[in-house]
Amino acid sequence: MRTIEVIKGGALSTVQDLGRYGYQRYGVPVSGALDQFALRVGNLLVGNEESDAGLETTFLGPTLRFHFDATIAVTGGDLTPVLDGQPVPGWASLSVPQGSTLSFKGPRDGIRSYVCVRGGIDVPTVMGSRSTFTRSQFGGFRGRAVATGDMLPVADRGSDAPQSGARSLAPLTVPHYGRHHALRVTMGPQDDAFTTAGIDTFVASEFTVTPVFDRMGYRLEGPVIQHKKSADIVSDGTSRGAVQVPGSGKPIVLLADCGTTGGYTKIATVISADLPWMAQAQPGDTVAFRPVCLDEAHRALSEQEAFIASLRS
Amino acid sequence: MSQYPRFLPVGDRALSVELGDSISEVTNRRVHNLSREILRLVAPGVLDVVPTYRSLMVYYDPLSISYADLTSRLGEMEGSLGEGETVAPRLVEIPTIYGGEYGPDIGAVAEHNGISEEEVIRTHSGTDYLVYMMGFLPGFPYLGGMSERIATPRLQTPRPSIPAGSVAIAERQTGIYPVESPGGWRLIGRTPISLFDPGREPPVQIEPGDYLRFVPVDESEYADIQSRMRAGTYALATRPMGRSL
Repeated sequence: MRTIEVIKGGALSTVQDLGRYGYQRYGVPVSGALDQFALRVGNLLVGNEESDAGLETTFLGPTLRFHFDATIAVTGGDLTPVLDGQPVPGWASLSVPQGSTLSFKGPRDGIRSYVCVRGGIDVPTVMGSRSTFTRSQFGGFRGRAVATGDMLPVADRGSDAPQSGARSLAPLTVPHYGRHHALRVTMGPQDDAFTTAGIDTFVASEFTVTPVFDRMGYRLEGPVIQHKKSADIVSDGTSRGAVQVPGSGKPIVLLADCGTTGGYTKIATVISADLPWMAQAQPGDTVAFRPVCLDEAHRALSEQEAFIASLRS
Repeated sequence: MSQYPRFLPVGDRALSVELGDSISEVTNRRVHNLSREILRLVAPGVLDVVPTYRSLMVYYDPLSISYADLTSRLGEMEGSLGEGETVAPRLVEIPTIYGGEYGPDIGAVAEHNGISEEEVIRTHSGTDYLVYMMGFLPGFPYLGGMSERIATPRLQTPRPSIPAGSVAIAERQTGIYPVESPGGWRLIGRTPISLFDPGREPPVQIEPGDYLRFVPVDESEYADIQSRMRAGTYALATRPMGRSL
């Protein structure tokens, strides 16, 4: 059987792909990998489609036993992966003989690691996606984080199907997440709800990551960002990357599981290319926001897409 | 010249189209007309559309369509919709059993407003409610149009668990809990209609832009609809909305 047995689930390990689009108007969040770059690259390194499902693991990773000869790549944050006790190189494809056990010894850089397996984790699609949305208990593996005893099915891509493209990332291109994150943002959509002093505070200050974070978002601590009048707006759409500032004046950066609509002012939005750094942050890390224009955000995205495209061929 | 539509970038993969700055049925109708039009024409590069009270969030792939091209396309689309309706909105009947174990707070709502429970039911079921948007929970409709005569503050202490289908009031709003969840709204009844089921396609029964009418039913009708709902043989009663704005 092409299965991965979960020996230990770890802090939070969920099946994720690139998310669930087309249902946000019904209030269904996008979900999907928080660090999309890591999942996409991991998939390419094992010869998958970028959109195949992998296992997003958090902080203390899981312990997994492979019941078949697998090809895997572990990407994203460095949680010190080991295979039968031997260190596993990150961001590289690796043959895993049947019966081997993958475990993690703790975070060294970043907090979310992606286990990508050739073939992809083959859970049923729900609304077009294999991503887990734990809050409403659907998608992924039975709508929840994986736990001891679960058997995760892996699709068969055909062992003789040729694998093209890169097998590992060049060392210089491997992301390092660190503990300080300078995130580029485009201002708005509600930057006009803030005073000039409020905007200055937002762009010139350093904020600290608090322990209040999950797949919906990160609550940050720092100086109060001053509104002109009210922190409330007529509810509108909310997207991943949005920096919401409620009445407290303390920012919240929204991530993949965030609600589809909300009634707080959003001062800015973190650009896609920089979102992995937010998703890899942990309590005590510092965050600074640097405004860029939309053209620059799109250039950064194009560069990242060109890099990912270069791994395909 | 109107300042609307107003386009605002929301990061590098989404934009907001504002059609007004306040909650009104007229503006919201334009929002849903534009939303339907975007979905109908499926512009390449458009990934998702989220209609809200007075604006739409449009998710796009900037490598397939530029921000400038998309906003000009959306501007044209909005302009060509004009003031009229493209499609008459749908009126959807929501069979509801009021009071008793299904609506344990109906007495408190009656008392708070100095009217009888029957009057609460008559008032609540005597209006058609616009689904301005959906959000908060999958399948949760934000409804507008409730009479102030039955407005009631939230519970001081929220309940840890409210059954799916509960019809409830909070201040001047009414809503339906699509799935079991905690909450502080006052429960006045329950519908056997399953508003959200992730395993069904589509997962919802109502669309943003629909109007809802709560229709009182008794216990045996409730049980009958519930069993047909579970068997997948219940079809919602719908018709085009008769009135125009």
